[in-house]
Amino acid sequence: MHATLHFQNVSKWYGDFQVLDQCSTQVNKGEVVVVCGPSGSGKSTLIKCANGLEPFQKGSIHMDGLSVGDAATNLPQLRARIGMVFQHFELFPHLSVTENLTLGQLKVLNRSAEQAREKALGLLERVGLSEHANKFPGQLSGGQQQRVAIARALAMDPVAMLFDEPTSALDPEMVSEVLDVMVQLASEGMTMMVVTHEMGFARKVAHRVIFMDQGRIVEDCSRDEFFGAPRSARAQEFLSKILSH
Amino acid sequence: MKYNWDWHIFAELEPGASGTYLAYLIGGLGWTVVTALLAWTLALALGVLVGTLRTLGRPGIEKACLAYTELFRNIPLLVQMFLWYFVFPELLPQAWGDAIKQMPPPWSSLVPAVLCLGLFMSVRVAEQVRSGIQALPRGQRMAGLAVGLTTWQTYRYVLLPVVFRIILPPLTSEFLNTIKNTSLALTIGLMELTGRARAMQEFSFHVFEAFAAATLIYLLVNLCVVLAMRKLENHLRLPGYIGSASNAPQAGH
Amino acid sequence: MNYDFDVIARSWQYLFKEGMTFTLTLTALSMVGGVVLGTALALMRLSPIKPLSAFAGAYVNLMRSLPLVLVIFWFFFLVPWLGAWILGSKDPIKVGAFASALITFTLFEAAFFCEIMRAGIQSIPSGQISAAYAIGLNYRQAMSFVVLPQAFRNMLPVLLTQSIILFQDTSLVYVISSTDFLGAASKVANRDSRLLEMYTFAALVYFVICSLASWGVRRLQARTAIIR
Repeated sequence: MHATLHFQNVSKWYGDFQVLDQCSTQVNKGEVVVVCGPSGSGKSTLIKCANGLEPFQKGSIHMDGLSVGDAATNLPQLRARIGMVFQHFELFPHLSVTENLTLGQLKVLNRSAEQAREKALGLLERVGLSEHANKFPGQLSGGQQQRVAIARALAMDPVAMLFDEPTSALDPEMVSEVLDVMVQLASEGMTMMVVTHEMGFARKVAHRVIFMDQGRIVEDCSRDEFFGAPRSARAQEFLSKILSH
Repeated sequence: MKYNWDWHIFAELEPGASGTYLAYLIGGLGWTVVTALLAWTLALALGVLVGTLRTLGRPGIEKACLAYTELFRNIPLLVQMFLWYFVFPELLPQAWGDAIKQMPPPWSSLVPAVLCLGLFMSVRVAEQVRSGIQALPRGQRMAGLAVGLTTWQTYRYVLLPVVFRIILPPLTSEFLNTIKNTSLALTIGLMELTGRARAMQEFSFHVFEAFAAATLIYLLVNLCVVLAMRKLENHLRLPGYIGSASNAPQAGH
Repeated sequence: MNYDFDVIARSWQYLFKEGMTFTLTLTALSMVGGVVLGTALALMRLSPIKPLSAFAGAYVNLMRSLPLVLVIFWFFFLVPWLGAWILGSKDPIKVGAFASALITFTLFEAAFFCEIMRAGIQSIPSGQISAAYAIGLNYRQAMSFVVLPQAFRNMLPVLLTQSIILFQDTSLVYVISSTDFLGAASKVANRDSRLLEMYTFAALVYFVICSLASWGVRRLQARTAIIR
């Protein structure tokens, strides 16, 4: 399949409350897609459905040909192929930085201890944190933790990366160090789906922008179209509020 | 391999010939309940006192209360029971010691058991009361004093009524623990429920019927206490606190 | 009233080599068994499989509702019959007091360790499980490598405190005439008619051991909070 990630008419309810309403879109290989929208629009939920962390009731999601909603699919194996970066970093506090990066490699990919360690150190260098290899997450700043989290996801050699508001929990001064890593990643051709409010990032590297409101995908167009002339009034309103800062 | 179950054993007379085995066990339940209630009363009285004292902020009193707590916490309850039964009478002045030793059974077992259990559980109650008081907003005490109440009155009319409601669930647990702990008194001759089940087993050789009955009775007692406490909690609930029926603030007068 | 504290010196060997060894061994083995079984029960209680969580819940509630003395009696009489049933023999098999006590305490304390571990597991932020799943770990791996290590470390002080309670609870094997430390002291006391000296001494020994242990736990608590 050409599309790495394919959402078709995905709908989800929490009890009686509908959080996703017939969402259809796709992320092609090498594309960077930014998902934005007001709080409660369902953007985080949508991205968590993509790797099966949240179940959904209707529609289908395919990742590299595998169906996410299908009961027969081996979810752990599928998740090993998509990387995910969380808003609150979620590093494992009882493991060192290096151990955070090698855990998945050893237990899921069954790599040897040296292979895993080599990969981990290489990635740490890539995100600029080599000297913190033996530290524990509690000893790192927020920005550093998030960069480690990105390295942890990359250690699994994923075909695509999902980002759930990666910079929302960071102090303003640390936002750029994380965005820099993400920009670098995009320029290397990684397929990325990023939920974020950082419109500067979107303008710089996104190929497409999706705007969600109240569980629906309201806009799904190229970056230039979105920033130039979004069609819906809601998107225009959102943009004007965000970009005024 | 066969075990002869015989539920009719409960209708047979027990060797003291004072009644059926079932009546014998129920009698044991009576002793369990009486001991537990007496001990609990003592525990509440002392526990509230000690717990309150620890929050007064006077280092000397605090140290004393801490020592009291540590003493009763670091000695196993059974050892404490033996101390009260065997050692305590010896430590008293001759006349008192003799008076105690001459108490007829069952009082000779009941009194030490109640004292032992009461003091042991008072430490648990004190801990609950102390953390309950410390969980209250500091402004409550200041507000009480600001109105002109003395410290004692502030505790009595402002702090403790609220604390009591907060700690009712953990106190219920401690009361259930008291009931369970009465079983230790069988070692000093108090024939409460477990002791009588054991005696029944020894006399009738119907081991599992005896203990099954005791088990069932304890479970029923548990259930009754839990239900009764739930009713009490509902009755005492303060509007506006978590879990109350009307959480919305009332407008007007 | 003449006190003879010499009796303590004379029976020192017996008290400690036999009595205290019994107590400490029983405590240590029951602690390990209890925590392992308790953790398994906690996972069962938290499981979405209804029969599993119902069973674990019923087990824990049962053990917490009964006096330990009664449970000790139950297992003292039950284990020989169960053993015979398992081994297919005709008569109840002979089980020593220690084995019976070990089974009793492991199964009984597991209920309390279960509640501690359950609280520990539930206190781990759900993001940790999401992150573990996100890198492709399955349930067993996520539990073993991410959740349980953290839960265990967080609850260690409470687990140790419960173990001190277990240490004190072992004195109850007195009711099946076992020779733990209290049992040994009691036997000496009755043989030499030195109840006051022996029971006071026993209380002192327990007090010293438990106070030291509690102090140790408090120090450990101060030093090992995982920085989040």
